[in-house]
Amino acid sequence: MKSASIDPGRMALHRRRKHINVLALTLALSAMAFGLFWLTWILVETVRLGFGGLALSVFTESTPAPQAEVGGLANAIVGSLIMVSLATLLGTPIGVMAGVFLAEYGKGTALGNVTGFINDILLSAPSIVIGLFIYAVVVATTKTFSGYAGVLALALIVIPVVVRTTENMLSLIPNALREAAYALGTPKWKVISSVTLKAARAGVVTGVLLALARVAGETAPLLFTALSNQFFTTSLDSPMASLPVTIFKFAMSPYENWQKLAWAGVFLITLGVLALNITARVLFRNKN
Amino acid sequence: MDTKVDLPANESVKLSVRDLNFYYGSFHALKHINLDIPERKVTAFIGPSGCGKSTLLRTFNRMFELYPEQRAEGSISIAGENILKSKTDVTLIRAKIGMVFQKPTPFPMSIYDNIAFGVRLFERLPRVEMDERVEWALKKAALWGEVKDKLDQNGASLSGGQQQRLCIARGIAIKPEVLLLDEPCSALDPISTGKIEELIHELKADYTVMIVTHNMQQAARCSDYTAYMYLGDLVEFGATSDVFTKPKKKDTEDYITGRFG
Repeated sequence: MKSASIDPGRMALHRRRKHINVLALTLALSAMAFGLFWLTWILVETVRLGFGGLALSVFTESTPAPQAEVGGLANAIVGSLIMVSLATLLGTPIGVMAGVFLAEYGKGTALGNVTGFINDILLSAPSIVIGLFIYAVVVATTKTFSGYAGVLALALIVIPVVVRTTENMLSLIPNALREAAYALGTPKWKVISSVTLKAARAGVVTGVLLALARVAGETAPLLFTALSNQFFTTSLDSPMASLPVTIFKFAMSPYENWQKLAWAGVFLITLGVLALNITARVLFRNKN
Repeated sequence: MDTKVDLPANESVKLSVRDLNFYYGSFHALKHINLDIPERKVTAFIGPSGCGKSTLLRTFNRMFELYPEQRAEGSISIAGENILKSKTDVTLIRAKIGMVFQKPTPFPMSIYDNIAFGVRLFERLPRVEMDERVEWALKKAALWGEVKDKLDQNGASLSGGQQQRLCIARGIAIKPEVLLLDEPCSALDPISTGKIEELIHELKADYTVMIVTHNMQQAARCSDYTAYMYLGDLVEFGATSDVFTKPKKKDTEDYITGRFG
């Protein structure tokens, strides 16, 4: 047998390496199982409690009074849709442009480094701080809670996420592609808009979707800005209901019909965020 | 080192390089290069890695300017105009001096748009003329037959050799006068390499071609003139047949015969 002739020292090393491999694999798998366990539990509970509360009235009726017979989440759903989409519409162009600046113009410059650093701070700032900031700057000045204030607070959360992903995705584009575009005599703005940004498109869109998913579930920044509204409104001048704030309010209440609606809201938000995440992943995978 | 070689009287000079020095930060990468590039001929640059041949190629279209720590001194003249000091917008210079890189770099768009992209930068053509131009460029690059039925497919869907010919077609489509090829075949299989070498041979009817290559046979096969470089110096420059059969310098002979490098 050939293996018998292998030096025993080498075999010992080989066995040791195999043992370490098994140990590392076990640790990694148990870490994954731990995370998956809680995630599954959350999803199961959400579906169990939320799905039962779903009815057509959830989408057609506004939030009810305590212990009322009927009622839904229409005002909260519409409020969330309006504020989240406007915040994304506002935050995406600003975020993409700042990301382009960081990746294509600001590399290594003082302004670029400072902008990147500030963006990192904004990215990790607790969302309640952003809510309070908008409260102080907008709500306290205009003397009213409003949908606009909510949109601004959410946009401030969208921007750093989009800036970071845009910058990262553009940095992944090989310099050879940029050089090839310049070699044709392409001006810089055209290289960025038609070649590099286009090559990074799937990644940038993914970043926007993930930012959208993140603000869809944010409660803290809306508490002091859009507040909430028990009536249906599409006017951004007035306080506006949103799903996360309604869930917060209803879940903490002692009323059974409110609690039931809170679970329905949780289910809807989870479903929405899950759908956004899956879309983002599918988009990104197709590209690669 | 004096390597100034007068070209034969029947050659006209397309580009003349005078006392060119190039620096990466404080590193002196090209040293006092003097060189005349003949028009409508293929000039090959050979030499061991790091000798400065790619660097030299990248000064001809001022590609080095993308990187602030790189700078060139001296002059590179085309039709009497020093392109290093020229007031002409660099994009116009690059339109005149096209470049193809080591790795194929198709743009993230259709095969058709890959070609039309560069043309649209400088010309407004009606659809029919644009179609003709795309076909012309793809035919020149010996790619038309393989892609004529899938012009709307993404450029990245082609094989490596096809992508490289697409890049050559893209460079030709804007009708440059000079074509710079930086190791265009190093990532390709022998069949694709053969096609591109044939192509280079045909291109010199219309263009002044400069090619950087690590492949000595390739230089011998497809160039008319050869420059041997070493550590930033231009060691020898002359007709390819002379450089390969009776090199004037011992260094050149050692490199070509494989004793060194």
